[in-house]
Amino acid sequence: MALPSYASPVQRTYYYFYLFFCTVVFFFLIAPLFAIIPISFSVSPFMVFTEGMLAWPPDPEAWSIRWYKNMIGDCSADVVSSTVPCSTKWMVGTVNSFYIGIIATVIATALGTLAALGLSRPHMPYKGLIMAILISPMIVPLIITAAGMFFFYARINLVYTFTGVILAHVALATPFVVITVTATLVGFDMNMVKAAQSLGAKPMRTFFKVIMPLILPGIISGALFAFITSFDEVVIVMFMASIDQLTIPKQMWAGIRQEISPVILCMATCLVLLSIFLLTTVELLRRRSEKLRGIKAR
Amino acid sequence: MEVTISTAELLTTDGIPLKQSLRKAERRNKLRAFLLVFPLLLFIIVTFVMPIGDMLLRSVDDSQINSVFPNTFEEYKNWDKGADELPPEEVYKSLFFELANGDKRQIGKALTRMNYAKSGWKSLIKKTTREIKKIVKKGEEPVSYKDTFIKINKFWGDPTYWYSFNQMVNDRSSIYYWNALDRTFDEDGDVVLQDEKRRMYIKTWLRTFKVSVYVTIFCLILGFPVAHLLANLPLRYSNLLMIFVLLPFWTSLLVRTTAWIVMLQQNGVINGILVWLGVISDDGRIQMVYNEAGTLIAMTQILLPFMILPLYSVMRVIPKSHMRAAQNLGAKPAMAFWRVYLPQTIPGISAGGLLVFVLAIGYFITPELVGGKDGKLIGSWIAYHLKTTLNWGLCAALGGILLGIMLIFYWLYNKIVGIDNIKLG
Repeated sequence: MALPSYASPVQRTYYYFYLFFCTVVFFFLIAPLFAIIPISFSVSPFMVFTEGMLAWPPDPEAWSIRWYKNMIGDCSADVVSSTVPCSTKWMVGTVNSFYIGIIATVIATALGTLAALGLSRPHMPYKGLIMAILISPMIVPLIITAAGMFFFYARINLVYTFTGVILAHVALATPFVVITVTATLVGFDMNMVKAAQSLGAKPMRTFFKVIMPLILPGIISGALFAFITSFDEVVIVMFMASIDQLTIPKQMWAGIRQEISPVILCMATCLVLLSIFLLTTVELLRRRSEKLRGIKAR
Repeated sequence: MEVTISTAELLTTDGIPLKQSLRKAERRNKLRAFLLVFPLLLFIIVTFVMPIGDMLLRSVDDSQINSVFPNTFEEYKNWDKGADELPPEEVYKSLFFELANGDKRQIGKALTRMNYAKSGWKSLIKKTTREIKKIVKKGEEPVSYKDTFIKINKFWGDPTYWYSFNQMVNDRSSIYYWNALDRTFDEDGDVVLQDEKRRMYIKTWLRTFKVSVYVTIFCLILGFPVAHLLANLPLRYSNLLMIFVLLPFWTSLLVRTTAWIVMLQQNGVINGILVWLGVISDDGRIQMVYNEAGTLIAMTQILLPFMILPLYSVMRVIPKSHMRAAQNLGAKPAMAFWRVYLPQTIPGISAGGLLVFVLAIGYFITPELVGGKDGKLIGSWIAYHLKTTLNWGLCAALGGILLGIMLIFYWLYNKIVGIDNIKLG
């Protein structure tokens, strides 16, 4: 949307101001994420740009990967600093995060996809009400969910267990699967199902051979949403997991609260890379899904 | 030509009337659709809806303490506060026996509850129980239970302790909700303001609203031009710029919060740049984090995508010819924007605004980490009572009020936008 050639000087000024403003907002959105990456490679045990890092020509002494070594639990002499504790906590947290995340994702994807299939049928009774209930975990603030679940799960001895955390995460993650898969099913040609069935395919076979390949991009996107929901979740974990059931977000929380150290930034850098990867994947899947369903690429 | 209309009912090949057969098929289809949804529905009800319901029940529940001191509370209700300064002898007598014979663990729990009503109860009752047990051991029967109590500790002659019973004498009570709004019950059981020292929730509620409104306004101011730009650029550019909006959306909340601490702290990036530019002196560094300003800045950035995305989806379908037509008819650009373009974006503004506002009032992580002392929102109190004071009734009541507010706004959102129109990415 370029400026027309007949634009007046005032319009021109407005237009350039508008472009400048948008640039500033984009910068505001993205700059903090990228500011932390260089600092994670600092030698200094503080979360700041040191003078050496900003010097020109670059001072190799100012840069190091000691905090990354610290993060993976390598506590050799050149890594240890008096102010930054070194332990295997980050790695334990990573393993736990993936463990909880993957199990929660598998359950959430299975349940959510089934429900989305049901909700997309034209005969679904009480659709609005059921949809509202299914989406509610996404809507209610996490702190309320955490309080409610803590009281309730305490009664049935599920607090301080992985089972409790996983169940909670499944509940939080399913709305994302339901929404994504339902969106993929919009415009799904039900005649294909009828065709498959009239050719003699049983329901299971119809699902795996006809429906599934077509909505697979949606299912995978939903699964990725579910995974990142569980992977990032900290409030539930804080209340429902025991002290030694660490996850990455919980460890980061503790890190920000008590021991501000550059190791947090190393993990944050890894997570930014992970989110770039997930975003790209979801975007590619969305395009593929539109192509599959015959929607012209916008 | 003669037309014959068959009056006989249409039949399927099985001989069943067609209507009936169709109805049956319809029913089966409904059932099938429902069976697909059923597992998840059941799961959500058990793991999510029931916990929330349990929390709401807990917010009005005072049965534990009532099961520990049933007779005392019963007698207490007969006390005519206008006539006698202190409760009648029967109250002291019931309390004497209920303390002497009660289960130690249950009494302990009840004491914690009593301390919420008035601090000092716990130590008073503990001391008194010890003395009472001694008296029971000796096998003496006190002449006057009232005098015995007052002899053990003079506080038993202080009616303010007794007045606090008003908050506990009912199995179901609204006291936690009143507490969550800085109110309590006085000696007659009427609702009054708490002491000055104990008023902190109204302040936090107001701050929560203030911060949410500010964040919504900031998001609108920052998000509107960006959404407009994205909606009007050719797709290959806007898809690229969309990454700037979606990447923060996909990045962990804690990462973004950490990033803001790094940016805003006293030795942080922004202060560094300002010092380098000479805007501020080295010892004039601005405190931008661990206060309300930090909460506002970080929350605005974190919630901005929730404003941009709905605005974008509305703006994309507004035909560009409208603005041109308005100007062609003689409207100045500003007028055309105000009268023609802006009204068409109202659905996007209301959707984005409501979404950001509702997310903001329930926010916990970011305000807790960057809010410092004066930037914390109501979520922090819920967490505090859940984990630290263990005053779960109050915790549940705060949660209940917050939930009620959310539901009102979501009802609005549903009216305006429709809840099943939520889209991701």
